[in-house]
Amino acid sequence: MALSDGLDARVDRLALPFNEYGVDPYGISRKHVRDALRVFALIYRYYFRVKCHGIQHIPEKGRGMLVGNHSGGVAVDGAMVLTSTMLEMDPPRLAQGMVERFLHKFPVSSLWASRTGQFTGLPEHAKRLLEDDRLLMIFPEGARGTAKLFPDRYSLVDFGTGFIRLALQTRSPIIPFAFLGGGSAIPTVFNAYALGKLLGVPYIPLTPYLLPVPLPVQLEIHYGEPLVFHGTGDEEDHVIEGYVAKVKERIAGLIERGRAERQHRGLSRKLLP
Amino acid sequence: MRVLIPGISGGIARKLALRLKHAGHEVAGVDVRPWETAREEGIEVFRGDVRKRAAEDVFRRWRPDAVVHMATVTAFTVPGAERGRINLDGTKAVFDHCATHGVKQLLFVGRHTFYGAAPDSPLYHSEDEPPRALEAIPELADLVASDLYAATALWRLPSVTTAVLRLPYTLGEPGTGTLATFLKGRRVPLVLGYDPLFHVLQEADVVSALHLALEKQLRGIFNVAGPPPIPLSVIVRETGRTAVPLPAPVLTFLMGRAGLPRLSTGALDHLRFPIVVDNRRFLEATGFEYKHSVADTLRIYREAAPVPVSSGLL
Repeated sequence: MALSDGLDARVDRLALPFNEYGVDPYGISRKHVRDALRVFALIYRYYFRVKCHGIQHIPEKGRGMLVGNHSGGVAVDGAMVLTSTMLEMDPPRLAQGMVERFLHKFPVSSLWASRTGQFTGLPEHAKRLLEDDRLLMIFPEGARGTAKLFPDRYSLVDFGTGFIRLALQTRSPIIPFAFLGGGSAIPTVFNAYALGKLLGVPYIPLTPYLLPVPLPVQLEIHYGEPLVFHGTGDEEDHVIEGYVAKVKERIAGLIERGRAERQHRGLSRKLLP
Repeated sequence: MRVLIPGISGGIARKLALRLKHAGHEVAGVDVRPWETAREEGIEVFRGDVRKRAAEDVFRRWRPDAVVHMATVTAFTVPGAERGRINLDGTKAVFDHCATHGVKQLLFVGRHTFYGAAPDSPLYHSEDEPPRALEAIPELADLVASDLYAATALWRLPSVTTAVLRLPYTLGEPGTGTLATFLKGRRVPLVLGYDPLFHVLQEADVVSALHLALEKQLRGIFNVAGPPPIPLSVIVRETGRTAVPLPAPVLTFLMGRAGLPRLSTGALDHLRFPIVVDNRRFLEATGFEYKHSVADTLRIYREAAPVPVSSGLL
């Protein structure tokens, strides 16, 4: 069986309400997901050779929020997390990212983001999708997370708090994950903010070889056990911040554990994150 | 019930008038346009402008119980200044007459374009959102203003049960309306690199929705929609047309030339970004169920408005 045949079958098994034109009520298109997965699967399997751990922690159905760290100057992390839930889960699920606003301004990127279910990070989108029992992918570090320079690649910058209120309001479990290796795949040495402003994006990450083209570094995704918080979402800030700290701590723990396991396996001699 | 429909000679308004008539209501209308066969259907049409004195006489003498205000026009069919006068002054006149002459129920038929098309707006718009159409498309200002003015009746005219309905693009036979006009040609321009979702509602379903809104005596603001939205490229393909994706600057230059439909520059955003509405409030209030799937709707339009043999350079 050709690789694409298996991938097509996976897309066909998605529990999304596609209509007669292969489009769901959010505009997600079976054809576009299929085409995107064909490319992403090759990159996932053969370019980055992604290792995925703990996929069993993601619920097979029902609402859930994948919450993790940003790693890499461009959205390699989001694309590979999305690919992991499509390739490693049985049945597969489509992770829907809450993406930066600029992505939908541009031709092509707007079209592909829309057709593959990656919507602008607005509370309205997140809430509606969760209430529809979708799987959301959230990077609470935001654009500051992707702006991390190479020496800071395993650090976590401040998290936003909106995702916790949303999880409480919609009673959604949070599945923390750690993404390892993106910082080495795109070793950012400088972020060109002025150039980014000129092009309508937050910044352009520059690498020692100038362009932010990812290197073939092995990447890892570690999913952790779901975190369930109880409340209404109207709690005081200090309560919410406490929950955020717990999620952040869990992600930091997953990063450290992932790094330790990696060193233990002796991978440090290879191209390392 | 005696129902008066300002703008009765429009395609959907006629169908609504006939539906209401068959349901046992007395129906009349006001319009500057003729409807020659209305009298044969037992429907009286008063020729005239809703803004003029003669229209008030219709309210005074005919004494309607309910009014369905359909005498507004869209941004892309009538030049700006005249459209503003029709939409704003006409709406004010209709509401004033309703208040003065004891109308009990009033439906304002607005458009979902109220919400505007923007890259960073929510995909599904709820009735509680402010209008964003003005930011990119100032040409829609009068339509938005008339919608907001209509909504003020909810507190300004407490004795009139007012509902503001925001309808999506409609398609049907004979193929009138903004989207139908846009799809008229053999080839339809799209903006290269974009393919927005469009809500389409078959005209018969629009009529059912308006009829239900009257029957249920709705009060408030409601988004109306039918089947889930679909990409514009699918609409173009399934209506037998050929999509011509062009870069935005090229399209801006070509609009109204080379056989392409005329669109305002701001309206190009409607070809880039979706305006999709959340209609849960209307469904809960009325139990509305659409009868025509998207495939049916597009097929009916295709048969009613076959692809023309030739249309300019493109």
